[in-house]
Amino acid sequence: MYFGLSEEQNQFQDYVKKFLSDNVTVDEIRKIANGDDQKLHEDIKSGLMNLGLSSLLIPENYGGLGGDLLSAVSIAQGLGTGVGPISFAGSYVMAPIALSLGGNDDQKDKYLPKIASNEIKFGVGLSEYVASREDSGIELNKGKASGKALFVIDGDDADFFILSDKGGTMFIVDRNEKGLEIIQLTTVDKTRLYLELNLKNVKAEVLQETENNPFVIQKVIDAGRIILSADSLGASETMIEKAVSYAKERKQFNRVIGSFQAVKHMCAEMAADLEPCYAMLWQAAHSFDHDPDEARLQACQAKSHIAEVAKMVSKKATEVHGGMGFTDLLGLHYWFKRIGLNRQILGGPELVREEAAELQGFNQ
Amino acid sequence: MNLEYGPEYEDFRTEVIDFCKEYEGISFENTSSKNISRSEWQKILIEKGFIARAIPKEYGGFGGETDIIKSRIIATEFSKAKIPGGMGGQGIDMLVPTLLEWGTEEQKQEYIQPTLHGEMIWCQGYSEPNAGSDLASLQTKGELKDGNWVINGQKIWTSTAQYSQMMFCLVRTEPQAPKHSGISFILIPMDTPGIEIRPLVDMTLNAGFNEVFFTDVTVPEGNIVGKRGDGWSVANSVLGHERGSLADPNATMNRLNTLINMMKEETIDGRRLIDIPSYRDRLMQVQGKVMANQAHSLRLLSSKINPGQNVKLGGMIQKLVGTELRHEMEALAIDVLGEIGTLYEETPRLKENGSFQFHYMYFLGLIIGGGTNQIQKNIISERGLGMPKEPKVQEAS
Repeated sequence: MYFGLSEEQNQFQDYVKKFLSDNVTVDEIRKIANGDDQKLHEDIKSGLMNLGLSSLLIPENYGGLGGDLLSAVSIAQGLGTGVGPISFAGSYVMAPIALSLGGNDDQKDKYLPKIASNEIKFGVGLSEYVASREDSGIELNKGKASGKALFVIDGDDADFFILSDKGGTMFIVDRNEKGLEIIQLTTVDKTRLYLELNLKNVKAEVLQETENNPFVIQKVIDAGRIILSADSLGASETMIEKAVSYAKERKQFNRVIGSFQAVKHMCAEMAADLEPCYAMLWQAAHSFDHDPDEARLQACQAKSHIAEVAKMVSKKATEVHGGMGFTDLLGLHYWFKRIGLNRQILGGPELVREEAAELQGFNQ
Repeated sequence: MNLEYGPEYEDFRTEVIDFCKEYEGISFENTSSKNISRSEWQKILIEKGFIARAIPKEYGGFGGETDIIKSRIIATEFSKAKIPGGMGGQGIDMLVPTLLEWGTEEQKQEYIQPTLHGEMIWCQGYSEPNAGSDLASLQTKGELKDGNWVINGQKIWTSTAQYSQMMFCLVRTEPQAPKHSGISFILIPMDTPGIEIRPLVDMTLNAGFNEVFFTDVTVPEGNIVGKRGDGWSVANSVLGHERGSLADPNATMNRLNTLINMMKEETIDGRRLIDIPSYRDRLMQVQGKVMANQAHSLRLLSSKINPGQNVKLGGMIQKLVGTELRHEMEALAIDVLGEIGTLYEETPRLKENGSFQFHYMYFLGLIIGGGTNQIQKNIISERGLGMPKEPKVQEAS
């Protein structure tokens, strides 16, 4: 019996953490967030992609590493620690799972090897299936899609999009297809981009196995929720580290502020609440990989609980930094905002808790 | 990640399940047809190796190896089958491990077996009215006179003092030494002349604790465990043991199920409590926390059997997180029951025997006891996060 990340998974995570801490300082994140240095952003993206992120979840017979979700979680935690400014949850977790489970053989042959080799990239837009806001929602009719998708994940520089209709039938749309309008949304978190897609009778390639079979879209959403939670967990870990080390250096009243119990106790509260989140997250990923009966409930509860803890951490860690925590100079807000974004995507805490209750038959 | 215990352990699980079936419905109540005394039950469990597993045979234990996975399987299956586990308490949980580490051969022979069999009950004499969180400032005095310790002073928060045959007690024997090195660990028979016990009624209205007064209480010199002045180290070798046991994850899961069942049965205007969105959302929040803690306890278990898996911080948070969670869970039960939730003691319309109110208050007691949760936060921040201690202040006169 061993409960935790394997040695290999820990190593993979450490590579990601090390790459980010060596190459992506707060100054660099700021440049990327402000769109000031495209080349820098491209260099960082390719540096991270060279670690093999795109092939991780692609099955071996399609040229990938055949990794499981727990391996993806270990990467996502690492990306969260350094607010890694690249696509992951949508392009390299949700899309490969959607294609592997939902595609027919032709579709798998056509797309999976090219994702693995980083020749093509997918964005994923399933927000309408989780909770349709405003005028969003897509209708599929004889191979043509019309409607709007909001908060498409990892859509920037994507060649294709995976979207779904209200019934959970998933389909692929080519970025260059006629009738597709791409609108960039600006969220608080500028380390990753989100899109709105406006579709008017756009040619849609349906993922065959998802027709009248919401099992696939549910799995894809579960995976996305777990990966977003892992990202928030990593971001929270860094926020606590930053708060603790700041509190050990900053002096007031002739003492380091970390010797005041008011400050120490805030740090202890953050650490105490975050610590069980690791195990919760790993268990959810393990269930996704091996225990399908438990997986959805655990994904919902992990998404909700980790979002709540991360929110608390993002607030208290900022407070420990005092006025500096509020500045752009220190850049702590990039972690704060990343946590804020992850919390809402694919269902905020109240929505996923309601889903968890439904799964257990608690609301009639 | 590998959550399988392996075939050897699954065989053991089957053995435990069979045992639970054999003793199904067993009870310590006289009225039950399956009545058994606690002490008899204790002996059966030891014989099977279900408790006292790693304690040598010559001291009344099973004489096997510690096996943390087997302990976990036993706890889980007993809890599922509602079979009573072994006895706990200060003697078995704290004194026995202490004696195994620090006791003389004579002390081990004399005390361990009757303690394990439930024939010798112990209480713990640590806290004093002026030595709570700052336990090492305790003042109960022990002087060596004519080969005997003569003890004077007062202890407080002494649970089970009224039923105990023995107390293990921290006593200041070296008044000149610095506070942590002037303390000795001394065993005191509770029928020694000069001991007075006064019950202390707590907010649950139970006399869960006592005050114990010592006036020239005289015990033999050989009743010391460890050397003179070693008492702080002796006591601390088992305090860690107590902290981990305050909020058992199996018990927490059972309580959550009790809460869920209650929310499915009770109604407002004919509507089940669980169907009311705001109540249901709070329930789901608590369930999320329980699931996180269940998973965390598996990670801690894993770290004990896989050397090299580092969860140092993870082990320090259990008392803080576990007690706060139980308190929150009982509070939710009271809130969803509304006015009905305030009923207590003997009264019509009482739910679950008043246990929601009882545990709501009881866990507030545990938040304070066993090292307050504020002290826990000091430990987590200092030892876990490496933050500095509060600077010492000049003593106020």
